[in-house]
Amino acid sequence: MSQTNSSINEIIKPENLVYKKPSVLNDNPMHYCPGCSHGVVHKLLAEIIGEMDIQEDVIGIAPVGCAVFAYKYLDIDFQQAAHGRAPALATAIKRLMPEKYVFTYQGDGDLAAIGTSETIHACNRGENIVIIYINNGIYGMTGGQMAPTTIEGMKSSTCPFGRDISLNGYPLNITDLLVRLEGTRYVTRQSVHTSAAVRKTKKAIQKAFVYSMEGKGTSIVEIVSTCNSGWKMTPEGANDWMVENMFPVYSIGDLKDI
Amino acid sequence: MSEEIELMKGNEAIAQAAIRCGCDGYFGYPITPQSEILETLMAEQPWKTTGMVVMQVESEIAAINMVYGGAGCGKKVMTSSSSPGISLKQEGISYIAGAELPCLVVNVMRGGPGLGTIQPSQSDYFQAVKGGGHGDYNMIVLAPASVQEMADFTVLGFDLAFNYLNPVMILADGVIGQMMEKIVLPPFSPRKTAEEIKKLYPWATYGKSKDRKPNVISSLEIDSVEMEQRNLKFQRKFQLMEENEIRYEEFETTDAEYILVAFGSTARICQKSVEIAREQGIKLGLIRPITLWPFPTPILYQYTSKVKHFFSIEMNAGQMVEDIRLAVNGKAKVDFYGRLGGIVPSPIEVVEFVKSKIA
Amino acid sequence: MKTEEIFIAGFGGQGVLSMGKILAYSGLMEGKDVSWMPSYGPEQRGGTANVTVILSDNRISSPILNSYDTAIILNQQSLTKFEKSVNPGGILIYDSYGITTPPTRKDILVYRIDAMDKSIEINATKAFNMIILGGYLKIRPIVSLESVLLGLKKSLPERHHHLIPMNEAAIKVGMDIIYQV
Repeated sequence: MSQTNSSINEIIKPENLVYKKPSVLNDNPMHYCPGCSHGVVHKLLAEIIGEMDIQEDVIGIAPVGCAVFAYKYLDIDFQQAAHGRAPALATAIKRLMPEKYVFTYQGDGDLAAIGTSETIHACNRGENIVIIYINNGIYGMTGGQMAPTTIEGMKSSTCPFGRDISLNGYPLNITDLLVRLEGTRYVTRQSVHTSAAVRKTKKAIQKAFVYSMEGKGTSIVEIVSTCNSGWKMTPEGANDWMVENMFPVYSIGDLKDI
Repeated sequence: MSEEIELMKGNEAIAQAAIRCGCDGYFGYPITPQSEILETLMAEQPWKTTGMVVMQVESEIAAINMVYGGAGCGKKVMTSSSSPGISLKQEGISYIAGAELPCLVVNVMRGGPGLGTIQPSQSDYFQAVKGGGHGDYNMIVLAPASVQEMADFTVLGFDLAFNYLNPVMILADGVIGQMMEKIVLPPFSPRKTAEEIKKLYPWATYGKSKDRKPNVISSLEIDSVEMEQRNLKFQRKFQLMEENEIRYEEFETTDAEYILVAFGSTARICQKSVEIAREQGIKLGLIRPITLWPFPTPILYQYTSKVKHFFSIEMNAGQMVEDIRLAVNGKAKVDFYGRLGGIVPSPIEVVEFVKSKIA
Repeated sequence: MKTEEIFIAGFGGQGVLSMGKILAYSGLMEGKDVSWMPSYGPEQRGGTANVTVILSDNRISSPILNSYDTAIILNQQSLTKFEKSVNPGGILIYDSYGITTPPTRKDILVYRIDAMDKSIEINATKAFNMIILGGYLKIRPIVSLESVLLGLKKSLPERHHHLIPMNEAAIKVGMDIIYQV
């Protein structure tokens, strides 16, 4: 035993450090399900805020949905918005304090269903904010109901036989719509299902934060994500299903960068 | 310094007073009969002088949520609308009350229900004083009866909102919003600086400084035990408001045998009714609640020792009359007279009604 | 004067509201309490428009009334509707242009002013409402001409101040052409 302990102490030295939890991420246990993409994106945000050294100058807006408690995990000032209204809050905060970094963190129900109006109008005005958009094609928090982004044939508790276009309409690809708006500067769609994808997403979010201080319009980072509990799959199975079924509908990559 | 006497509409007075009292932001959406508030602000361009942000936004819903965002940063922010638009804002007002944020909401009422009429009405009394949104909350409701009070209550409303960290509503109607009267505008006071906000409102989200924990603006509390405590705290705050913030005005009540109770523009009409009635030898008086919540309940109750007949005069189907009946608690008779759908009662109509009831 | 309660009604675009406004500003210049309560809404866009103006040496109670000391009526619809609203012994002033059924009441003083015809004749249709105002002030000099000119200055944006002499001339024309029926 003592042998093992001493060998651990041999290893735990500053010069051997290859990874540590970002300091902006606190020790509160997350409520997210194992395998959920939210945790990864939270960590990326914490890393970026720490690396950019903007903890004192950033205000986040949490949505209604699974990320409603985002404020519990990131040690920054946060406001929790009514369902869908995060871009309205962000608009006011950024206009009143243009020197601050302001970002919203929203799911597909929040951003592309109940908050469609706020999303489109904030983007159309070119508010200098960052919108982090988690698209997992389902309402996770309320127990797996159909989302505006649920793809054709995908099952949920409110489309138990799969999304039927004649009944439910088409999945809403809101990010593609936002590209068309004069007010948006940077629109990208990423994912966090592999290490390479995580690195790309981090770069995208970083860029969005930098852009938000340049006064040239709105930056949106959509992250196509998994909800393995809502999808009733294993984490790994969910990743595979996403690549196979979601990516063809929600293609990964930069859509606009000017 | 001589006073600046101006002639302007009630709606314009609100806009001018907002700029002068150091308001940081206005967010709104056009709707008759209050659009002059936004129009005046846009014409004045205060962003070039005081730095106040003024935005015409996509909906009343967006506007009230912008107010939430701004208030959460410790800023002095407001919105205005008229009845249907105020209905849309109710969720946001409830969130603001739940997150304990200060803000000013102006409702220049029109006749309802539904799209109704753009003519003046007081049919949003219940919505304003009984909590139009969900959950157990109250807000101070100020009912101006003149253009001067539109300006004065803008200043007062913000003060009360910040004192109690709670939304405050100005409940006016088309008459007060649209008419022009003499007014002395409030003096200029500067907007609060970022440093002042940090000192005065340590709860605000202006960016987490190293010396403190993150500030979170939220109305969410999953734990019922915690949520009950939070609600009890709100109730203590509302009780303080009831103890300290009742405002009212009396007119010819000293020797009155009958008392009219009316608010806003209806109180102005009733003042004339009192004058007419007194010319005819009827000892009529008027009590005008200025705060509709908290309602001047104890004042009305005191009057029951000498006045046995009250009349509630409203531009609705009878809303405030319920609060009057609660206030007099069976110790006096209460009759109601109202006009609906944008019809304004005339002073003589009110006198005739009183006479028909006391004959 | 203790209190003067005036009602002005006509078509939208005739300058009903702005005439009331100038009257209110003139009262303000003399330190009176004033109120100006317009009809509002779609009426502003072509239909009928009306405004109640009250000038008083005391605090004004109701800004909305159902009878008036003076009614100034500029179209038939309003005449039909509001002739009965003049207080007994009060004043009714009307422009005959487009009037098919002139006022009939005998318990009030009725004045006629052919301001529309005159404004066309002197090529000053934009000052039509000032001709009417002049006529009214001739009958009820509740404010001085100096106060009206000060009121005009206060109510008009600076870029329109060069129009004040033209308005003054129109007021004087109105004073000349009004007559009792």
